[in-house]
Amino acid sequence: MNAVVFGASRGMGRAVARELALRGDRLFLVGHVVDQLAISAGDIEIHGAKAPVRTAYCDLLDPGTFGPALDRAQQELGNIDAVIVTAGLFGSQEELEHDPAFAARLLTANFTNTVLFCEEARRRLLAAGGGTLCVFSSVAGDRGRKPVILYGAAKAGLSRYLEGLDHKFRSAGLKTVCVKPGFVKTGMTSGLKPPPFAGTPDAVARRVVKAIDRGWPEVYVPWPWSWVMRIIRHLPRFCMRRIGF
Amino acid sequence: MPQQPFRSKIAGWGRYPVVDGLQYKSENLETATEKATLSRGLGRSYGDASLPARADFPVADTTLADRLLSFDANTGVLRAEAGASLLQLNRAFLRRGWFVPVSPGTQFVTLGGMVASDVHGKNHHVDGCFGEHVRSLKLRVADGRILECSDTSERELFLATIGGMGLTGHILEVEFTMRRIASPWIWGESERIECLDAMIAGLKEAAQQWPMTVGWVDCIARGANLGRGILMKGRWATPDEAPEAPPSIKGRFRVPMEFPGIALCRPTMKAFNLAYYWKHFQKVRHGIVHPDSFFYPLDMLDDWNLIYGRRGFTQYQCVLPKADDNGPARRFLERFVSAGGMGFLCVIKDCGAEGKGMLSFPRPGISIAMDFPIHAQKTPRLIDRLNELVIAEGGRIYLTKDTFTKPKHFLAMEPRWEAFNAVRRKWDPDARIRSALSARLLGDMQ
Repeated sequence: MNAVVFGASRGMGRAVARELALRGDRLFLVGHVVDQLAISAGDIEIHGAKAPVRTAYCDLLDPGTFGPALDRAQQELGNIDAVIVTAGLFGSQEELEHDPAFAARLLTANFTNTVLFCEEARRRLLAAGGGTLCVFSSVAGDRGRKPVILYGAAKAGLSRYLEGLDHKFRSAGLKTVCVKPGFVKTGMTSGLKPPPFAGTPDAVARRVVKAIDRGWPEVYVPWPWSWVMRIIRHLPRFCMRRIGF
Repeated sequence: MPQQPFRSKIAGWGRYPVVDGLQYKSENLETATEKATLSRGLGRSYGDASLPARADFPVADTTLADRLLSFDANTGVLRAEAGASLLQLNRAFLRRGWFVPVSPGTQFVTLGGMVASDVHGKNHHVDGCFGEHVRSLKLRVADGRILECSDTSERELFLATIGGMGLTGHILEVEFTMRRIASPWIWGESERIECLDAMIAGLKEAAQQWPMTVGWVDCIARGANLGRGILMKGRWATPDEAPEAPPSIKGRFRVPMEFPGIALCRPTMKAFNLAYYWKHFQKVRHGIVHPDSFFYPLDMLDDWNLIYGRRGFTQYQCVLPKADDNGPARRFLERFVSAGGMGFLCVIKDCGAEGKGMLSFPRPGISIAMDFPIHAQKTPRLIDRLNELVIAEGGRIYLTKDTFTKPKHFLAMEPRWEAFNAVRRKWDPDARIRSALSARLLGDMQ
């Protein structure tokens, strides 16, 4: 498989890229910290990805970089089978409530700009006859919850957008995979107390790669979160107002 | 972005002691170690080696810094960030015909931890410790500088860091030589052994023919049966012996919760040891073995330390120098049993030459390791009695496993300590890099 990964320098993106590398896929990495991206490309190559693994500059806060980065990927890989997006910002509800500028940046990056990146990817994948667009949303978007109101709102919008893409374009060959991680122990969540069913990036990556291979439109990782969220989605409002989850 | 340390429970694999400590954790080790007093990896050392000297001294968790930086397929030289785990290396390299030169009994260790403990494995009698295969280390020393050390540059610091329990600086990167293997499968042979003399003779004999050997000992058996167990031998299978498919990823099970204290009492431990011994009903078995089953039999059970319950457990590992007879090992096992010791798992191995690390554990002789649950009053007394015997026999203990040893016993069994201390003082006069272990044994300020 030929895949473009946006966000492979860290966390779950690093783990998913490695999982693909271990089976010898061809990868192209895009991201905004250029020196880190080069080291990650080396790491992915040593893990077994088809050499050479090349990179291009792409900044989630600057939509002007999206098209050129994907064009470079297309030149390098020839044909793109999958575009995987794990890039995103994270802030706790408290931080976001107290810092409107940060809130604006996070909402823009995680919703507007992520959608714009997906649009660029969608056009290119459809023009080439189809492919897979795998995007990391979050369980935080499933229900309005006290600790993740702003972060969750952006992810809720993203999840709906991906659902719509899947409904409209699956018959045309575009498979959309919406990944909804629960709590995963990465740098992003270090410092938060892991709840039960907290997962590791490796375990998440294995399940995500399975979802990409099989074209699942939606996947919860780690899997117990699909049951946790099934309950949370059905809790009445008066419950949600009381619990701190 | 400047990082804030966060509070979390920190414990070694034995789950005793536990500290409510402060941690830095980041993909970027240079920032994570800036203000930390110690680096820790996956926390598989049993006791207090990876714990801060005091709860408010922050430590750096290295596990997110796990990138492989360069690999030369001609020479096998691999350079990686210190948080890269053995599990990750095995997944990436085993099926391509490469393996680490030395592997401990678990894959849940980081490269930084393998250097700091100077780990040994089943091939110690042939290949020595991991440190023998390390070419170079990138280290952040106490004054904040980042430097490279090796056999040719800052050699003293290099040798003190190998087996130095992380006390010479923060290990940031490790460069070492991987080993080419004939296939990713093991050809193994195991043999049921009736007594200690036969076990030690078997280990010595097997060492002549096999690159990898280890013995499991029934820690309950006494008298004529003392030291009975199973002797395991192995080598990498040749391509025509090995199955065509690479070894699959083994499923793992999770111990779901802390077991109640009663789970590990005399009868259950007896039953376990008896069952393990008689499961090997035939005298000798041989054939192709999955590398995970051979190297890491306990890794299939995630969080197996929970079996020991709330009070936690410890492991005692010592090496007793070579003697003409099997006296030292016999006296050790007898002392263990007579002092009321009740082991769950006991492993025996004949060690090869001493490594170049200044405080490296193994030396020629017999190494014995045993796990047992902690009992608040009995365990420290038992460890004292074992340490007294080890000192009398001229042996030493493995700091990576230790929780209870007293400073006077440690100093009596470690004449090498002074040389190590001199290097440490030279680079870190105020002992800014310190751990709960160094506070306990070396008197670092708490």
